[in-house]
Amino acid sequence: MPNFGYTISSDRQIDYDSNDRRIARYLAEHEPSFLVCFACGTCTATCSAGVFTTFSLRELIGNIKRGEIRNIATEAEKCMLCGKCQLACPRGVNTRNVILNIQRALEACGL
Amino acid sequence: MNIEGKKVIWKEYQKEIAENDFFYVRSCVRQSFFPGSETTFLKILREELGKNISEHPFHTTCTGIAYHSDIVPFETTMTVIARQFALMTEAGFHNYVPSCITSFGMYNEVLDTWHHFPEVEKKVRRLLKEATGKEFEKPKNLVHSSDIIYKFRKEIAEKGKFRLINRFTGDPLRIVEHIGCHYAKIFPNKGVGGAEYPHVLAGLIEEWGGEVIDYPERRHCCGFGFRQYLVKANRGYSIACSQKKFESMKPYKPEAILTNCPGCPFFFDRWQYAISEMEGVTYGEDGQGIPVLTYEELAGIVLGYDPWDLGFQTHQVPVEPLLDKIGIPYDPARKYLGKNGENIGKPEIASNLKFCH
Amino acid sequence: MGGKKVAIIGGGVAGLEAASSLAAFGIDISLIEKEEHLGGHVSQWDRLFPSRRPAKEVTGHLTGRLNEKVTVHTGTEVQKIERSGKSWDILLNNSATIVADALLLATGFELFEARKKEEYGYGIYDNVITSADLEKKFARDGEIRNAQGKIPERVGFVHCVGSRDEKVGNLYCSRVCCVTAVKQAVEVSEMIPGCEVFCFYMDLRMFGLDFEALYKESQEKWGVHFIRGRLSEAFENQDGSVLVKVEDTLAARPLKMKVDLLVLMSGMVTSSGTKKLVDMLGLETDENRFLQPADRQLRANETGIPGLFLAGTCTSPKSIDETISDARAAALRIMEYLNLPAPTLTPSPNWGRDGEGAGTNNQ
Repeated sequence: MPNFGYTISSDRQIDYDSNDRRIARYLAEHEPSFLVCFACGTCTATCSAGVFTTFSLRELIGNIKRGEIRNIATEAEKCMLCGKCQLACPRGVNTRNVILNIQRALEACGL
Repeated sequence: MNIEGKKVIWKEYQKEIAENDFFYVRSCVRQSFFPGSETTFLKILREELGKNISEHPFHTTCTGIAYHSDIVPFETTMTVIARQFALMTEAGFHNYVPSCITSFGMYNEVLDTWHHFPEVEKKVRRLLKEATGKEFEKPKNLVHSSDIIYKFRKEIAEKGKFRLINRFTGDPLRIVEHIGCHYAKIFPNKGVGGAEYPHVLAGLIEEWGGEVIDYPERRHCCGFGFRQYLVKANRGYSIACSQKKFESMKPYKPEAILTNCPGCPFFFDRWQYAISEMEGVTYGEDGQGIPVLTYEELAGIVLGYDPWDLGFQTHQVPVEPLLDKIGIPYDPARKYLGKNGENIGKPEIASNLKFCH
Repeated sequence: MGGKKVAIIGGGVAGLEAASSLAAFGIDISLIEKEEHLGGHVSQWDRLFPSRRPAKEVTGHLTGRLNEKVTVHTGTEVQKIERSGKSWDILLNNSATIVADALLLATGFELFEARKKEEYGYGIYDNVITSADLEKKFARDGEIRNAQGKIPERVGFVHCVGSRDEKVGNLYCSRVCCVTAVKQAVEVSEMIPGCEVFCFYMDLRMFGLDFEALYKESQEKWGVHFIRGRLSEAFENQDGSVLVKVEDTLAARPLKMKVDLLVLMSGMVTSSGTKKLVDMLGLETDENRFLQPADRQLRANETGIPGLFLAGTCTSPKSIDETISDARAAALRIMEYLNLPAPTLTPSPNWGRDGEGAGTNNQ
């Protein structure tokens, strides 16, 4: 093969149909308030871990809902479970339980 | 899919295309990629349709590529374009026809700028006068050369010797049409049929007996662009754009791709080879790839011109299978003999893409 | 007393409410409606937000309040309007003439022609429909099937079609489409258990009192997914499903997905009836072609022309309760204009209930 000097770029679209949304379904079943998050970001704004790490609960929940689950375990580990997000959430999402269930969800789905 | 819905939109985007007396400006690069196309266009207009079409030996590039790559500032581009118009005026013409889609987009952009900012037009007139002593009139009619083929598609069909039909099955050939981005995306009302469902190429395919194929990524750019591929290392995403289109059209089993821009057919033709080398994937039937044609080449086929005069020997994806389907005669032995009968050289055989040698 | 006549052009919600409000004071009303039925758009709908009460309840209440003082001319259009002194001469297309002391325009709205958003393929792709088409499926069919006759497993709603859009010349928000989308999302989820429903929105305008609760219910009870981002294009796959491309703004990445049915929330635009009257009477319109009242806050039912009044969605997009309030406000203004003394009202025991009017008139 000739040396072209470049390779074909990969697609960065979220391919919703191909993504694995089992984690989202597990969370919805085990912590129903997961469903009413409306991505306002109040949790992330107040988050202790978010000030010093890349952790963003808003983004994490969004990614899980889209099935973009590549590094959710690493991200979820950054959470200190301090509860500031739960205090702040205007929708009443039980954020701490969402975090605690992520690891269980990954195990249940064999990931 | 409801074709009637598309027809309603086509009716809304009609534009005026001049009848005769055209001033033709060539593309910078088309001659290199598809040598037969522009010659064929002139031949069709002069010999088949009896039109008056003139080219000026002193015309230059419109600087579209340079402008879009941030190499040339807009003022320079406008002045160069003004000079082109001056040549048209000096030759006594009012109908301006560029061969390149990017040029078409550029001319429209410049005319639109002058329309909204008359002081800029005044400045450009002054600059041109100071630099060259020339004065210009703005063209009364500015259309792309594919618009002209579109306008005379019925006449070409009448004179045609072949239809776009598979002679073995009797079915119309399934052809994908791809419009250059600069044709209608910037000024939708300057494109026949608008930007979403353009009709300029679909009309040709329909009139000449083929079947137009629509597919999800129809609107996607082929990836040509300018600034990103000039540097070789960046071509990854150009090729990815074409690949996305190929993957999208594959299930519809197209038998040819028709385009009206210099860059698009070039990319579709060459990237199929590159993808076949990099990933081992080909898109046509039986490893042959999907032949890519310019509208002049397609018109030339319909009119029965010799395929080697149309320049098919330079296509990387072989066009011979398509010619066989239509029943167009050609002499394979003459493929690599140039205009004066001398051998122009044979390309290397590709690993995965079937060539016709 | 008496002998005062008011003509109302438009027999939808606004026209009906204004007619009955004025008729309760003994005024003769001519209600002119170009369709064969009264009730306007609402008569074509199934259930209304936020409570999801049947639309027939509302139209039934409104038409039920019309008394013998109201002469209804359905299937009739206005041909010409002339002013003679302080009165209006209205020539109808059946050659009858109505003479009135005051004229109220309640010519309402029309839905934005969704095919103008070419990239969404309405009228081209069989499984792209509007919210009005979906409402008809609810009302008439009682079930939802896509163009291939299959019950959809996934339905997408596209907000802001024809609204907040410079390309189609409508810069405004049509107000009620967001809550309608959420309502229809819930209704689809109710009708088709297990159906995945997506709303592609830019902003969610849940302005009414119970709208937030409906939004929460849609997520909590029905699992409706909300993706913040505008659809750039839709396309039909080979199997008839619709491929959509939307920017998932919260993930900052483009997203593509397949839906079996795509519903476009077409916005409100000024009606052709309004346009006709604008030409006939030389009325002022705003940049979005809605009728321009004398002052949108303080004199929202008046025009610059004495004796000519406006009510309902012909001046701006409104919900049904807002239209009803606006119609009553217009009626009161007309009363002031006609200089009628407010009658002494004996509240009826059925005050406010269906079928009974606004008290008795002592005239």
